[in-house]
Amino acid sequence: MNIDFVRTLRTGGTVPEQARQRIELLPEPVLMPLLLTLMCCGLGVLYSALHGQTEGLSSQGIKFGVGFMIMFVVAHVHPREFLRFGPLLYLGGIFLLVLVLLIGDVAKGGQRWLEIGPIPRFQPSELLKLAVPLTVAWYLHDRPQPVRFRDICVALLIMVVPAGLVIVQPDLGTGLLILAAGGSVLFLAGLPWIYPLAAVGSFAAAAPVLWNFLHEYQQRRILTLFDPESDPLGAGWNIIQSTTAIGSGGLTGKGVLQGTQSGLDFLPEAQTDFILAVIGEEFGFVGAIGFLVLYLLIIARSMYIAMVARRNFDRLVAGSIGVTFFVYVFVNVGMVCGLLPVVGVPLPLVSYGGTSALTLLFTFGVLISIYKHRNN
Amino acid sequence: MAEITLNDRTEEQRRFNTRVFVIGGIILLLFGVLIARLVHLQLLEYQKFQTRSEQNRIQVQPVAPRRGLIYDRGGVLVADNRPIHNLAVVKELTGDVDAMLGRLNTLIHLDEADVAELHKRVKRRRRPFEAVVLRSHLTEAERAALAVHRHELPGVEILSDSVRHYPFGELLAHTLGSVRRINEADMQRLDPVMYAGTEFMGKLGVEKFYERSLHGRVGYQQVEVDVHGRIRKELDVDHPVAGVDLTLHLDLDLQVAADAALGPRRGSIVALDARTGGILAMVSKPSYDPNTFITGISQTDYNALLMARNRPMFNRAINGRYAPGSTFKMAVGLAALTTGVTTWEESIYDRGFFRLPGQRRIFRDWSWQRGNSGGQGAVDLNRAIYRSSNVYFYTMASRMKIDPFAGFVAQLGFGQPVGVDVADESTGLLPDSAWKRKVRNEIWYPGDSINLGIGQGNLLVTPLQLASYVNVIANRGRVVRPRMLKDSSSELDEDFAIPKAGTVAGLSADDWEKMVDAMENVVHRGNLGWRQAGTAWPYIGQDIAYRMAGKSGTAQVVEIKQGTTYNEKELDEYNRKHAWFVAFAPADDPLISVAVLVENGGGGSGVAAPVAREVIDAWVLPRLLTTQQSVAANTSAGTGAGQ
Repeated sequence: MNIDFVRTLRTGGTVPEQARQRIELLPEPVLMPLLLTLMCCGLGVLYSALHGQTEGLSSQGIKFGVGFMIMFVVAHVHPREFLRFGPLLYLGGIFLLVLVLLIGDVAKGGQRWLEIGPIPRFQPSELLKLAVPLTVAWYLHDRPQPVRFRDICVALLIMVVPAGLVIVQPDLGTGLLILAAGGSVLFLAGLPWIYPLAAVGSFAAAAPVLWNFLHEYQQRRILTLFDPESDPLGAGWNIIQSTTAIGSGGLTGKGVLQGTQSGLDFLPEAQTDFILAVIGEEFGFVGAIGFLVLYLLIIARSMYIAMVARRNFDRLVAGSIGVTFFVYVFVNVGMVCGLLPVVGVPLPLVSYGGTSALTLLFTFGVLISIYKHRNN
Repeated sequence: MAEITLNDRTEEQRRFNTRVFVIGGIILLLFGVLIARLVHLQLLEYQKFQTRSEQNRIQVQPVAPRRGLIYDRGGVLVADNRPIHNLAVVKELTGDVDAMLGRLNTLIHLDEADVAELHKRVKRRRRPFEAVVLRSHLTEAERAALAVHRHELPGVEILSDSVRHYPFGELLAHTLGSVRRINEADMQRLDPVMYAGTEFMGKLGVEKFYERSLHGRVGYQQVEVDVHGRIRKELDVDHPVAGVDLTLHLDLDLQVAADAALGPRRGSIVALDARTGGILAMVSKPSYDPNTFITGISQTDYNALLMARNRPMFNRAINGRYAPGSTFKMAVGLAALTTGVTTWEESIYDRGFFRLPGQRRIFRDWSWQRGNSGGQGAVDLNRAIYRSSNVYFYTMASRMKIDPFAGFVAQLGFGQPVGVDVADESTGLLPDSAWKRKVRNEIWYPGDSINLGIGQGNLLVTPLQLASYVNVIANRGRVVRPRMLKDSSSELDEDFAIPKAGTVAGLSADDWEKMVDAMENVVHRGNLGWRQAGTAWPYIGQDIAYRMAGKSGTAQVVEIKQGTTYNEKELDEYNRKHAWFVAFAPADDPLISVAVLVENGGGGSGVAAPVAREVIDAWVLPRLLTTQQSVAANTSAGTGAGQ
């Protein structure tokens, strides 16, 4: 008890403890091996989704390598720095989002990319996936419990502004992820139970109104969910093809590079958002469950780190990272299995794509840092 | 203090952990849903999806629309589509591609280029079981040879397709423009859905301008194919919508006549229906056969076409930019009248040369050959036109400020896009003070205007612009836009609003009539001695059955230095003067306006005027006969107007 008390004083005190900082090869013994396993399996699947072409594969491998190094570096940064820089990151992100709306590149019908000087093209919305939970946690971590109405409003404002900016790009998937990240912080911070229940209720009530705010293509995606055959050439095509691919995989799958649906290009976006269909087709039920278990273990470990963290800010951020990662997985898998409408959310650390992998690994760096610094 | 902190902390921790467990529960529940879905898809419904995936593959295939046809005004098909047979390969079915190629090569000849292209295209991203074309345009004999050996060649298919065909080849290559193969750069701009299954698109002329309408709308068929890629069942068809058929103002007979009149010479002819502005004929020679670009042209042949000095691929009618020479003099005269620097009555004395006050430089009359011929004597505007007096127009140009002068001339279409429905027309060049400041960074000197007075200097026009200009005079100041399209089978996609037919401001009806009279004198004034005859009369003015208004022009290609003479024989062929003739007829009620250019042909009256006469004869004489016949039939019988 006493030791704890002394620690509280110290962390609250002004004396920095840089002397204790040591570079550790494995700052966290469970999450890092799990992530490595996932990334290796992901590259294997990607190899198949790219029809055995090694070009895209090596570029993805390089991004993973860079991301892993970033994660390693971030893991050695003390969480108090995230507390300090989170809001700045947030403000910068908002600025870039506005910039995207004004001068962004249009790709695949959405205005999401930004190209400034020598910095390679990137999506500022990725930045907010981490900045929003950091900022909500920054705001809430020293507020009285249970969370007061006024604080709830401020926290909601912090998440709704960037989410709104992302959704109008339009990128519904990322917008929802941002809301999930911020919302999970709010919930973990002790949001009174009445609010989430009321939110679910009012969402159900407001759904018909919200419907009218959706873009036509978004409406079509939701409608085709209930009846994919109604639009077999357009939005329903993806769902029909991906469920066929997964279903035809059976228990053990058709084998690497043997998938006819993805291998023969029936399946659109096979290497990005719909890569789970490749897993399902070529590695079967066993492979798909294997990936789900890996994801579940990573989420469980994240939640465990949240529970062993001592500082409120750390707890909130760690928990939110776990929840966001889950939402990622659930939305993607649900979409590919035909349970959820098609929104552009990749399968984390498996789908082809650089920005998303880098942000995710950065985020896990934060998580590992929280674990590593849980006692000081 | 310590106790409170610790209690708070444990309480906080406890509350947080509760929340984590709640979330964990939800997460497990939702993962359960995902797993249940996978169980449903992969274990329970496995048979169904297995069947769907293995035995029946649903494919969506684009069905290319039929390209719109193009007719001339008489209903003659001038651009149609022709069925062809292509040799195609389905990689998934052939097994070893090289072995297959070896077998094929014993049956029909394969180019190395074809084979290389095949290898490239097989590697590209494509739909499964999509046939890749190896050779297009199979001959009858080749098809027979392949049909006999078909069973030895799995995955080799003969596909029928339809491609553009221009029955009149060279004759209409520049008139219609043509389609070309869609390349990678085009794919970036095109709607990939609309052009799925289409290999060619309009890249020149009318074919380009009306591409959207001519192309039509793509259709799709959803088919079930078996493991061999063969279609088992058509599930659903969304029929393509054929392109719009176009009827042009073009008159094939007149085009043939114009082409023949120009003969083997380089040049261009544009003939307009005077009232509607419809383009009756548009010749640019030399020409090329656009069909070779569709059936396939070798790189050597293509380079030869591209590099040839006489530039057969160049559409002179809309893209050739030439000095208009003396054909510009009507514009100068009309400008002088509107700006009030002269009247029809004023007469000046032409001594054969012009000199700006205080300057030594001499501007010559065209009659100056080896020495000064003495000029045209007393000339008013009428005589200045039919004698084509340079000195008169030097004088007028020197009296006008450049900007009002250029401003008026622009109304006649100089330096402006004609606004024709042919893609990529050039606008020529009408110099003024702003242009000179921008391009040369100099002010406009009085000397610059002088050469402009006889259609030289920096002034450049296309034959189409010049035809449009003479047609404005034919219509007494009413601007009628030249136009290819006469009619279409259905509504067009192109936003082609016909520009408003404006009127040239600042001139009375009397001015226009007098200008037409002067142009009639160019052709008809004769038998009065050399200095009194119209410049074109000796060549075309005798035995003419109708009244024609015309004007010749001879445009210098290279500058003739002060103090030297123009000697045609010493000049390289491509440096000789261009011959122009513009005309319309009948003068009182014009049916046709024509601009003729003979590149490096020499004198306008001697070379270009007879060509214009032939073209106008071909159009006007038959129509004249019909009116005379009907008049004759109405008054008295049996005089035999045709004799």
